[in-house]
Amino acid sequence: MIKNTKKLQKNNILSLEDVSISYGTFEAVKNVFCNFKRGDITSLIGPSGCGKSTVLRALNRMNDLIPNCSLKGTVLFDGTNIYDKRVDPVEVRRRIGMVFQQPNPFPKSIYENIAFGARINGFTGNMDELVESSLRKAAVWSECKDKLNDSGYSLSGGQQQRLCIARTIAIEPEIILMDEPCSALDPISTLKIEETMHELKKNYTIIIVTHNMQQALRVSDMTAFFNAVEYEDGDGGKVGYLAEFDSTKKIFNSPKEKTTQEYISGKFG
Amino acid sequence: MNSLYYQKKLSRNVGDKFFTSLSVFCAFIAILPLIFVVTYILIKGGAQINSDLFTLEPNPPGDDLDAGGINPALIGTLIITTIASIIAIPVGVGGGIYLAEYSKGGPFSKFIRFGVNVLAGVPSIIAGVFIYALIVSTKILFGSMYSGLAGGMALSILMLPTVIKTTDEGLKLVPNELRYASLGIGASMYTTILKITLPSAFRSIATGVVLGIARAAGETAPLIFTALFSYYYIVGFEDLFYEMGSLAVLIYNFALEPYDAQNKLAWAASFILVISILSVNIFSRILAAFTVKTKRV
Repeated sequence: MIKNTKKLQKNNILSLEDVSISYGTFEAVKNVFCNFKRGDITSLIGPSGCGKSTVLRALNRMNDLIPNCSLKGTVLFDGTNIYDKRVDPVEVRRRIGMVFQQPNPFPKSIYENIAFGARINGFTGNMDELVESSLRKAAVWSECKDKLNDSGYSLSGGQQQRLCIARTIAIEPEIILMDEPCSALDPISTLKIEETMHELKKNYTIIIVTHNMQQALRVSDMTAFFNAVEYEDGDGGKVGYLAEFDSTKKIFNSPKEKTTQEYISGKFG
Repeated sequence: MNSLYYQKKLSRNVGDKFFTSLSVFCAFIAILPLIFVVTYILIKGGAQINSDLFTLEPNPPGDDLDAGGINPALIGTLIITTIASIIAIPVGVGGGIYLAEYSKGGPFSKFIRFGVNVLAGVPSIIAGVFIYALIVSTKILFGSMYSGLAGGMALSILMLPTVIKTTDEGLKLVPNELRYASLGIGASMYTTILKITLPSAFRSIATGVVLGIARAAGETAPLIFTALFSYYYIVGFEDLFYEMGSLAVLIYNFALEPYDAQNKLAWAASFILVISILSVNIFSRILAAFTVKTKRV
């Protein structure tokens, strides 16, 4: 039994231990314990306001950029608490990249979009090669190869999002966080992004927030279901918590919690 | 039952007509001074334009035959405005970056924003008196008193609020997603600002800078206390430390002279000042329009 847990620990790339996150005095999500395994795709699902995006942003300290946001607990990345005072958030974000809800390419050429991150991370190799391989991995090379010098905005929404994924890949992070990467996209672009994610799984750990349960089912190995409950003092505010965390199959076929069952069958949320 | 057709005599329609015409009339009155001033200056001043104007020194008043040109004043205005820009642009853009990017809305940044707004409303003559007390009367600049340098400093005080405000506002217009994108791939705050945010806001900042320059170039009061006036050509670097002429002060001085030749020179200088400030303003408009067009869809 003890042996077993040790082996599990080794596989965990990222662990949340009793994490609570507040915006000012408002507690958004509390007491989250969660382990993300290396090489897995993990989905975070749940109704709006349950704090899943907040948790995702906490994983590479993007919450630092939101005034008043504070975190209690420990986020262990490769054994280091990334909220330790000595930790440089810039370094954390280099190792844990992020793709956002809205495609947000830089107002630069497609080539520069990729090269920017690599360059600031001290990349000295062949930039042309890196750009090509990143775009290939993000499955957008064929659409981009003839217009690398065009603005990133000249691409369609889905292509822009894959460009943003390529940009994140180019800095060779260990983990890629995706915050509803397909919510602004049409089904065909969504499908392409999902194919891209399957490709990326070989080399990266991916954690994705999604509103689309079918997407969670299609892409992820593990699924974390977050829910929100009203405060006990009953002033109408809600606080998020991790309701259930298991393999995607189990979550969708035989969830332990009643709320999970209700959520995935569309009874609320 | 009222008819559905428009009835002129109905009191609401009469009132509507009345107020529409009243506001059109007021709008017309409001624009009249601008039209009159500009046309008057263009007609009176335009007639005085000749090549000598740009190359000669002005002659001292009293010799009613020939007033000379405005070369020193023209060059002086350019130099003083340049000095003002050299001081105000880095400080203003830097301050704007602090407000928009680094400050977290605490008391210090609130105080700065308030201070900038107050500074924008400070009468220009106060800026002149301030520099006079600080620099001119103390001879702190290598023993020189009235100087082009002091004039530039006075004008920079007037430029500062415009530059800070437009930088602040220009940076705030840059969508946050862009900052997150950059920070999310491990760029530092400083790289993000320098490589992503500032270039995105470049045109709106440039517009503000140009407007600031246009405002400063036309100021008279601060220069009377600081740069004073000079009749002589600007020939070398050391002239920065002596009295320096400028278009605005030349107009002030010569328009009040009892001699016709000097008055004509003042008209000519007005013409050139108005034209250049007008074109600078139009330039900033074009810049701003360009910004809107290239903004993210």
